[in-house]
Amino acid sequence: MMNNERPAGTGVILVTFVVAALLEVVPLNQTLDWVRPEWMLLVLLYWVLSLPHRIGVLWGFLVGLYLDVLVGATLGQWALSYAFGAYFMLAAYKRMRVFPLLQQSAVVFLLVGSANLIAYLVQESVGRTLYPPYTILYSAAASAVLWRPLCTALRWTQHRFLVR
Amino acid sequence: MYSSNPTYRLLIALVLAVVLMALDQRSKWVEPLRYGVGYLTAPVHYLAHLPVDSARWLGRLSETRSNLMESRERLERQVLILEQKVQRLAVLQAENVRLRELLNSSANLDASVLVAEIIGVDPDPNRQELVINKGGQDDVLQGQAVLESQGLIGQVVEAGPLSARVLLITDASHAMSVQVNRNGVRAILAGTGQGSRLRLLYVPDTADIKEGDLLVSTGLGQLYPRGYPVARVSRVSHQSGAAFADIEARPTARLDRVSHVLLVQSMEPVSIPDVASESPADPPTAEELPDDE
Repeated sequence: MMNNERPAGTGVILVTFVVAALLEVVPLNQTLDWVRPEWMLLVLLYWVLSLPHRIGVLWGFLVGLYLDVLVGATLGQWALSYAFGAYFMLAAYKRMRVFPLLQQSAVVFLLVGSANLIAYLVQESVGRTLYPPYTILYSAAASAVLWRPLCTALRWTQHRFLVR
Repeated sequence: MYSSNPTYRLLIALVLAVVLMALDQRSKWVEPLRYGVGYLTAPVHYLAHLPVDSARWLGRLSETRSNLMESRERLERQVLILEQKVQRLAVLQAENVRLRELLNSSANLDASVLVAEIIGVDPDPNRQELVINKGGQDDVLQGQAVLESQGLIGQVVEAGPLSARVLLITDASHAMSVQVNRNGVRAILAGTGQGSRLRLLYVPDTADIKEGDLLVSTGLGQLYPRGYPVARVSRVSHQSGAAFADIEARPTARLDRVSHVLLVQSMEPVSIPDVASESPADPPTAEELPDDE
């Protein structure tokens, strides 16, 4: 990644987030809802990983705020969670790039799990949780499984539309 | 290496998020923000609903003539039956108004309704909410009651510009005041968040509530209009030693199958009639019951 180049392709990044938002709300049956991956967080993690000089905590916060309104959560719930997610990725992106596939997925599992935990704690504090906290691990596991294919798709997009 | 340290940014985000959460919970100051972002989120809901819409459109295109004629006949029969019921309704309504005048209580006014389509379901299993395709631009207001042809569904909890969110009566944080249609016994009907199970709270063991009883809204919370069917009692069990009876109910509305709903703007100036004087300790609003009550 050459950092001295002018940034380009912000529109493409936004489009990937809109597609992820669609996948977040597309209707599924109730069992599948448990394993719905955190699409927007995965996309955010990918962009932080590949463009850490551009996409960071602020993007995480804004994308999370958008998700808050989209799913009707307490304002700030996902904003906080995604800001932390982006922060963790910023701290880990150099190592992450040299990790093998399985290890990358494990890191994604931890990142999504901890981001979900933050959101869960907020939701718990406003009294809107019903199921025990370990249920957030299902979607973290689904996210870890989908990390690799999503990475491939986003990398193709990035090279095709010259995002940097 | 980069101009500003991400840790500072995280701290700022943390403070901002906590302020937002506090304001969102305790005040209405951040509602304009939610409303504004609503212009950007509603199209996503509409887009996600597009496959369902187009499938319905294709289904309509491929409908056969005989099928259409059959459904037309069925609908005509239905209209006939409904018209016959309406004829009686006019007489009953007039009589009701006269009787209410005798009792010095205000008459029930007709409510204005708005039809909306469900375009989304909350993906979070912890919450039971719907998204509908009418919002602030169609004069949808927070707190409006939402009905289906068979009964009450819930209330609008957030009116965005182009869409609105509806909290279902089955949500675990929802409770409302109902009464048994058969004898007027009042109780609080709370959602459980699990499927379509509802629970009647704080009903004395001796109360006259039986399986199959119809529960209708009382209008006491001043949110729901009075007299709409809400649920039917599905199970009553008495446990010796327990202070209250354990009563479960099922919504009369087909919550998981409807595609269109009615939004009701209650025009009734709620003057709590006759029975209210005996119970000053009645909870002021049973619609949003805090957990600890």
